Amino acid sequence: MSAMQSVRNGRSPTGQMRRGPSPCDCGGHAESEPTGDTLISARDLWLRRGERDIIAGVDLDIRQGEIVTLIGPNGAGKTTLVKLLLGIAKPDRGHVIRPSSTRIGYAPQRFEVDPAIPMTVEGFLRLGTEVSPAAVATALAEVGALRIKRQQLSRLSGGETQRVLIARALLRHPNLLILDEPARGVDFSGEAELYEMIGRLRDRRQLGVLLVSHDLHVVMAKSDRVICLNGHVCCSGKPEDVSQHPEYARIFGAQGALALGVYRHHHDHAHDLTGELKPISDVEAQGRGS
Amino acid sequence: MLDWPEPFILRAFLAAVGLAVIAAPMGCVVVWRRMSYVGETLAQAGLLGVALGLAARIDLTLAVVVAAVVAAGTLVLIGRQRMVPLDSALGLMHHATLSLGIVAIAVAKGPAIDLMSYLFGDVFAVTGSDLVWIYAGGAGVLSLVLYLWTPLLRLSLHDDLAIAEGVDPRLRAAFDLLLAVVIAIAMKIVGILLVMAFLVVPAVAARPASETPERMAILAAAVAILSVVIGLWLSLSSDIPGGPSIVIAMCAIAAISLLAGSRRQR
Repeated sequence: MSAMQSVRNGRSPTGQMRRGPSPCDCGGHAESEPTGDTLISARDLWLRRGERDIIAGVDLDIRQGEIVTLIGPNGAGKTTLVKLLLGIAKPDRGHVIRPSSTRIGYAPQRFEVDPAIPMTVEGFLRLGTEVSPAAVATALAEVGALRIKRQQLSRLSGGETQRVLIARALLRHPNLLILDEPARGVDFSGEAELYEMIGRLRDRRQLGVLLVSHDLHVVMAKSDRVICLNGHVCCSGKPEDVSQHPEYARIFGAQGALALGVYRHHHDHAHDLTGELKPISDVEAQGRGS
Repeated sequence: MLDWPEPFILRAFLAAVGLAVIAAPMGCVVVWRRMSYVGETLAQAGLLGVALGLAARIDLTLAVVVAAVVAAGTLVLIGRQRMVPLDSALGLMHHATLSLGIVAIAVAKGPAIDLMSYLFGDVFAVTGSDLVWIYAGGAGVLSLVLYLWTPLLRLSLHDDLAIAEGVDPRLRAAFDLLLAVVIAIAMKIVGILLVMAFLVVPAVAARPASETPERMAILAAAVAILSVVIGLWLSLSSDIPGGPSIVIAMCAIAAISLLAGSRRQR
């Protein structure tokens, strides 16, 4: 309750910038001033829906060539934060800095194409962008999906869909990839492969990558930095430091392996800290439809 | 035999073919964005437009266009609330406009209005000025839809991806307004109850034989034109109502197409 109170105060009419519920920096890492190779920055982002602060005082920087993973339980505001970074949603307070040199390639969380829309993979990659068939083939080859070029988009598997989305993002010549739950609907071995591929893309193209995930261990190995989000930034830093952090343990460790198993397998609900069931993120539901 | 082409038959044919071509690409977007019920609701609002037009003594087509466009604007606002699902909110508007329309027509007591002719339309009663509406208004709407085709398609595939890539989200509202205009124009021909058939059914018929969205739109137009020819011929030779005959032809083609398509899938 007191946390909620402080949040309310934080939104005082004077509009003064105030920090959210104290972000505990772990591993000595704190968001500093944006530097020259910063691709995107967020400063003190706040977003309220109804009575709840979905995003509470979030700071974030992503630099060229680093893979940053955003983890957090369902309903932690991960997708909302991504939407704020992309400019799809507007924050109530705070701001996002996107230097003009930043080109973002984005792959959304759920991409379930209505079977009523006839569209081949190739047609989708060329839609709305001036790209040659050769460029399409190159992008598909780069994500290992060349053989599905002529398939209908609505018939792809989860892993194929993610690869196609990343190929589309690559065709925009990005220096920053934002991938929202790329492992969704992908089996365990496919997941490891997918992260391998993302790592290779980063190495080859010197991309900055923001990965959203609620699966932990596979992601950890590939990340340069992990940000643990639960409305506010609980902790952030190198993967090994974050995994030692008490906040991280509280969110992911308190319920131990059980919680991990739950996050991995059941995406239709989440557990709050007292173990009560919560409906799936309101945010995600609100993001859909017109 | 028929005295082909008698002026009223020629007008009916021109009106229905014009509508078929205008409605085809738009109907595809309606199917992709699951907006059939949105369209039905806008059509019901047209009835209210008829009543208000009679009361205000203005051109009825104009009144219907205005009513449908106002309804579309209201829908855009209703679409923003998240308390109840969109189809339930649409149900509210759908029934409100229908009831208000019937009440208003009863109260207006203008020159004896044949409610049936608005509910079912009369393709053989199309006038020269109706044709002007269809071809002038329709050409405007059609060229806008074709101009906006790619962004509309991108929004249909995935709203957030399209918006993140720079497509203007307000296009969705713009499309609702265009839909309202087409429905209003089409109402005179096929009536409130059948107007959405012209949009949805040809697109459905075209889907199984289409690999690309553009092919679906062109095939939908072809199905609609073929249905107009079959429907008007049936109507004239068997003395049955014109609009419903066209819709029956469309539905038959769509049913065959879907069945054939689902057999091929197995």
